[in-house]
Amino acid sequence: MAGAAQRKDDMIDKKILDNHNLTQDEYALIVSLIGREPNLTELGIFSAMWSEHCSYKSSKFYLQKLPTKGKHVIQGPGENAGIIDIGGGLAIVFKIESHNHPSFIEPFQGAATGVGGILRDIFTMGARPIAIMDSLRFGPLTLPKNKSIMDGVIAGISSYGNSMGVPTVGGDVYFNDCYSLNPLVNVFCLGVAKKDKIFYAKTEGVGNSVLYVGSKTGRDGIHGATMASAEFGKETEHKRPNVQVGDPFKEKLLLEACLEVMAKELIVGIQDMGAAGLTCSTSEMAAKSGTGLEIDLDLVPQREEGMNPYEIMLSESQERMLIVTKKEKVKDVQDVFAKWDLDAVEIGKVTEGGKLKVWFKGETVVDIPVAAIIDLCPVYKREYNEPARPKQEFLLNKYPLPRDYGKALLKLLSSPTISDKEWVYRQYDHQVLTNTMLLPGADASVLRIKDTKKAVAMKLDGNSLYTYLDPKSGAIAAVAEACRNLACVGARPIGVTNCLNFGNPEKPEIMGQFKEVTEGMAEACNAFAIPVTGGNVSFYNDTEGISIYPTPVLGVVGLIKDYAKAVTPGFKKEGHAIVLLGENKEELGGSEYLKVSFTEEKGTPPAIDLKTEKAVQELCLRAIEAGLIQSAHDISEGGLAVCLAEGCFFSRDKIGCRIDLKDELRPDALLFSEAQSRIVVSVQASKMKTLLELAKKRKVPATMIGRSGGKNIQVTHRGKKLISVPVKQAFKAWKDAIPDFFRIK
Amino acid sequence: MKFGVVVFPGSNCDFDTFHALKDVVGQPTTYLWHKDHDLKGVDCVVLPGGFSYGDYLRSGAIARFSPLMREVREFADRGGLVLGICNGFQVLLELGLLPGAMLRNKNLKFLCQFVHIRIENDRTSFSHRGKKGQVLKIPIAHFDGNYYAPPEVLQDIEKNKQVIFRYADEKGRLSEQANVNGSLDCIAGLMNRRGNVMGMMPHPERASEALLGSEDGLVIFKSMIARQ
Repeated sequence: MAGAAQRKDDMIDKKILDNHNLTQDEYALIVSLIGREPNLTELGIFSAMWSEHCSYKSSKFYLQKLPTKGKHVIQGPGENAGIIDIGGGLAIVFKIESHNHPSFIEPFQGAATGVGGILRDIFTMGARPIAIMDSLRFGPLTLPKNKSIMDGVIAGISSYGNSMGVPTVGGDVYFNDCYSLNPLVNVFCLGVAKKDKIFYAKTEGVGNSVLYVGSKTGRDGIHGATMASAEFGKETEHKRPNVQVGDPFKEKLLLEACLEVMAKELIVGIQDMGAAGLTCSTSEMAAKSGTGLEIDLDLVPQREEGMNPYEIMLSESQERMLIVTKKEKVKDVQDVFAKWDLDAVEIGKVTEGGKLKVWFKGETVVDIPVAAIIDLCPVYKREYNEPARPKQEFLLNKYPLPRDYGKALLKLLSSPTISDKEWVYRQYDHQVLTNTMLLPGADASVLRIKDTKKAVAMKLDGNSLYTYLDPKSGAIAAVAEACRNLACVGARPIGVTNCLNFGNPEKPEIMGQFKEVTEGMAEACNAFAIPVTGGNVSFYNDTEGISIYPTPVLGVVGLIKDYAKAVTPGFKKEGHAIVLLGENKEELGGSEYLKVSFTEEKGTPPAIDLKTEKAVQELCLRAIEAGLIQSAHDISEGGLAVCLAEGCFFSRDKIGCRIDLKDELRPDALLFSEAQSRIVVSVQASKMKTLLELAKKRKVPATMIGRSGGKNIQVTHRGKKLISVPVKQAFKAWKDAIPDFFRIK
Repeated sequence: MKFGVVVFPGSNCDFDTFHALKDVVGQPTTYLWHKDHDLKGVDCVVLPGGFSYGDYLRSGAIARFSPLMREVREFADRGGLVLGICNGFQVLLELGLLPGAMLRNKNLKFLCQFVHIRIENDRTSFSHRGKKGQVLKIPIAHFDGNYYAPPEVLQDIEKNKQVIFRYADEKGRLSEQANVNGSLDCIAGLMNRRGNVMGMMPHPERASEALLGSEDGLVIFKSMIARQ
């Protein structure tokens, strides 16, 4: 019987606890919950399930602040993914997940299995995945290690997503020193399902059969969840075996087989085996339904010999699912999986009494209450302090005006964070499934929904420099920017998922960042009335004591009622009027310009007033719905000048623009400040009057600032020429920046 | 004209191809499962794009041994119309129904982008609805699309006018820059001697609706239908 025959070498001492990332207090709690000392396998189970990654023990308390309700929400946080009703009997299923730590150790497989994991989270709910986006953070490409990580990560995402036949339609890439030893790989996935054909992780019904389906179990990734819940030290190489290895072909078969048994209504519940593999899926499914679960490890398909219970329970071998079905349906389920050449083995059953019982070679090796693993994990209200941030002294007067504004613009355009990302997205199949309406590079990704007139739009955003300088404001700005990008394509936001990437939560100043970020997010999501349907928290992104900037990545999803009205960012024809919605302000704090031209990351990030932001977005949406808008592009990193340049780059014939600005501001701030709540649109001359009247009615500043045309990006300020750069030259600087790092010289 | 879209484990573009043929072009279309031995009386067999068998060993190397390939070969030998798109093209090469082989793209990276292809031969079942010299805008998405054939084979192919499409720029000019994957002689699509089997790396099913960026792929489908 488990626990009774404790062998001497199974004795749990402090060293074993440390290896398992459990504190003495947590151990004492475990003992009291199960009524005895756990054996090693049971300890491993608690270690994985009570790790930060699986339990959210440091973040739960603050995440409670986020708004999660809405009349279209079918499923909020707590399941594999969030679900929102989009009308017509359809629902979208979406979520974002992180795979940061594995991607530092083994970039290709770390990123690839990140994609694999999030895909499973979506199709385990009955939705066919139709889009992937990725949000990536790397250290500067001037360091070979960062180039190598970026190369591996992109190749990994590409290899997995392409093989699965799910398009990677968008995302973002930012570069900053703080990510040099802690790259971030956040992967978002969205699928479509019939709203009355959603599947949940449940066991329902004592006596139901438990089936293991998919790939065989090996020793890969054991304690991946625990590894993701700790800082890196000097020797991280030996953590390589903690990274799982993916096989997208197997997952494609798994996807088709699962969707088929779901369509045939053969199953009761289903859960994917992700972090903490069999352990997590068995305990979560049982916990959700309040039952127990019993499995026999001798029946688990294994691809390595001599695996012990600890290894089998904690393995993170990929491409596996746990299915619960009625006894009489087992054969039918197995037939479908046989068609797709996958294992489908009955390994146990649903029981009464709420215990997880595991057999191995005729003996019980695990016998613990499910509630202890899932519901009774401690929730920590960790100590917090003033968020760690640099000295805020920032005096604009200290910074001289550029001698050559054109050169300053070119420098910005060729900075990797702003520059063209085609080198990245060309490696992703972004067109498979033939739904992609807007190609990567546009303000948001837009996918049509077949057999309807609708389109779904999605965007990831999160400027971590703003968040570092002012966590609350930065978080608000991240939500606002994602919604603004949606507005630029003509989509109204309907839901949010978020990935919160932070350093060590046991440090009060990091917890302070987390607290303020969640408060900012809550405020913004409430203002936009968009529910948070789920997400992910990744703590411990530090190496040798140095933390990343607080990096909240927001994934906002929106709906376009008539896909024919979707708008793209490039100027369409010569002679169209270019109009600025919103107001120019002097704010250079936290700007890319300050960073690129003066190597400084300082100041207060641009202020954001949610009322103003909403008004500008609403104006843009209504103008698009009224058919007034030819192009729309929001102002973000690099400011107005970069926004205008991009309007030229995205135009089919690389049309230029002639802009005359009248604001009484310092010219460098006018061109490069990242003041919020601004959108640049272009309209036909005949529609100008209507647009301006609409803006006046809605009390939003709207100023015609110039016209599209010519072959240059030309900007004058109160008569004085600031910039006159040929579009071709600017385009080349923008386009070649990242490829130049990877060119074989 | 009745179309059959073959489904291998790992095929991805079967849905897209089915949608283009059935919903856009409006032809009766059915899926053909790789383990069956039944072509269901179709007039044309389409091998779609994707990653059949995960591209294990070589793209298409294992799919060519699928049970249904016996019927597909007999169908082709009888003169039936067969179209291989991307991975489907790779399967046809592995089957020996088309000459040559695919290497890794010259830049050693997966490439997904719109390209232009020029019609070289407009007297084929797959291109007669277009004109020689016409430029079509169709997307590619592949890692191994660099067409190769040994010199004598290439000579034969050119002599018999088997090349149907070449990669070109938007004005129809051939160049190293326009030939993004490095294919020999910029070959993007070619047919067998008899003219009933064609393989092409670009995806016409992704260029069949204006809202997705191009309708030029329809030239190929319409040519095939008109051949009935």
